[in-house]
Amino acid sequence: MSTTQPLFQHHKHCDEIFADAEEACSNGDWAAGAGAFASFAGQLEAHFLSEEEVLFPAFESATGMTSGPTEVMRGEHRQMRDLLAQMKQALADRDSDGFGGTAETLLIMMQQHNMKEENILYPMCDSALGGTDIGNSIAQRLAAS
Amino acid sequence: MHPNLSFEQAPPISVPYRFFLVAPWFGVIAGLLLAWSGGEVLASRWTPESLALVHLIAVGFMLQAMSGALFQFIPVAVGGNVWRPLWISNVVQPLLILGALLLVAGFYLSAPVLLAAAVPALLLGVGIFVSVVLLALWRTPATGMTLWTMRIAVVGLVVTVLLGSLLVEAMSRGLALPIIELTNVHLAWGLGGWALMLVAAVSYFVVPMFQLTNPYPLWFARWFGPLLLAMLLLWSVLWFCDDLRPAQLIGAPLALLCGAFATMTLRLQYTRRRKINDATSLNFRVAMIALLVFAISGAAMAIDPGLADDPRAAVWLGMLAFPGVFVSTISGMMYKITPFLNWLHLQRLGAPISAVPNMKKMIPGDSMTAQFRLHVLAVLLLPAAVWLPSLAEVAGLVFSVSCAWLAWNLTLAMNSYRRFRDQIRASALRC
Repeated sequence: MSTTQPLFQHHKHCDEIFADAEEACSNGDWAAGAGAFASFAGQLEAHFLSEEEVLFPAFESATGMTSGPTEVMRGEHRQMRDLLAQMKQALADRDSDGFGGTAETLLIMMQQHNMKEENILYPMCDSALGGTDIGNSIAQRLAAS
Repeated sequence: MHPNLSFEQAPPISVPYRFFLVAPWFGVIAGLLLAWSGGEVLASRWTPESLALVHLIAVGFMLQAMSGALFQFIPVAVGGNVWRPLWISNVVQPLLILGALLLVAGFYLSAPVLLAAAVPALLLGVGIFVSVVLLALWRTPATGMTLWTMRIAVVGLVVTVLLGSLLVEAMSRGLALPIIELTNVHLAWGLGGWALMLVAAVSYFVVPMFQLTNPYPLWFARWFGPLLLAMLLLWSVLWFCDDLRPAQLIGAPLALLCGAFATMTLRLQYTRRRKINDATSLNFRVAMIALLVFAISGAAMAIDPGLADDPRAAVWLGMLAFPGVFVSTISGMMYKITPFLNWLHLQRLGAPISAVPNMKKMIPGDSMTAQFRLHVLAVLLLPAAVWLPSLAEVAGLVFSVSCAWLAWNLTLAMNSYRRFRDQIRASALRC
């Protein structure tokens, strides 16, 4: 298992629960939507924290790159957290247009973010952190979330 | 140098927009030209009007839209840094527009002097564009089949334009070259080596991303582009052998390979996680169905050349490919790219995310859906008009109105950007 494989797999898991939340809310099924959204928001936050508290510091200390790609990724996490907060508000207001529009925005933001991680940053991390136990520790954190 | 993964590399918003806003107007002209000329011009692919129509879509609509999309796509999807995008697009776009108009006028008026004048404009425009794009695609640290397939596609564009220039030279100077064979090869590289290759490269990235499908299987993404390239090379060489039968026969697996891409994409869409249908996913589905019909028709004609004896058979294929596959794909992509670009550039103005309108506030959903329906009608009428010439006028008009509506929707997107940008700046001043 490579260092970042658990995070790679967790991206797909987040996609799946995102789709559940979006579908339920766009159909006006707010009860199911609220449950799916809470699960999605929790998993996304756990994913961000695994990167910000474990992967990125390890990568930065191994390579000395503190203001490079990891900083950009942290910035995008902030943007996605803001979008999550907007979705939560739209859910509370039963505003399906607002929820759908923000969900669409978050989806694209999240997908291009994932692509950048999977195609560029994760391979860099795998190469810098090969032979460490970082991957297992991330897998455990995600499994506990 | 390590990649910084930032959108700072992405070009100013005016770069992709200028290409997107111009592209549909070539479709408007094409529709009007068909409506004006009538159904008899579709009797063969060699009529001046047919040649003008196909180049209005290929060099006008498609090349504009695909160039604009590449300026945006290369930094965002494959981390490439296109050199001075604003400056390059300032130079390249006028050359491409001029070249397209001269080429179309040259075909329509059967005026070799106009065709010959188009060549330097297109060679220069495409030459500059391809140089910066290939440099960006080669220097990026990214990996993966989107990148490799995109590299092949840009090489496919080079081959297409060089062969097209050679054809124009041959026609305007009366050089003794095998025009029909060269045209077949030019067309195959344009449709397969450039356009479909680019659609495949982009699809590997956006189909799973927009619709939450499974990714294209790795074996498929690894083999599709290189196999398509190899078959195009083989097909190109075989056309110049004394016996034409092998060249015709290789057409069948070539067409089936295109059909395999359509089938794979439709299968992924069918099993997608995200069930929401929007103008992008619907346009993609129409494009892939058109590609499947194109592939079955092409394979049938390759196996039984008697089917292609009627000169209208080639026009039928063209109607499926150009408006059916590529105008649909491009329209779908532009409906997703422009709202996201708006959002991306608005949130970079420094306002809190909550102050930036979401993507669905950029183009009215009803307007996109209505335009999509009209486009589907055009995609049905245009191939039908090949066999029922009396439909050509209405098919041309419907296509023209659909393209004008697309232009209108994209203009609404641009206006939304400007309006929201001014609002954000004004509220920043008040703070």
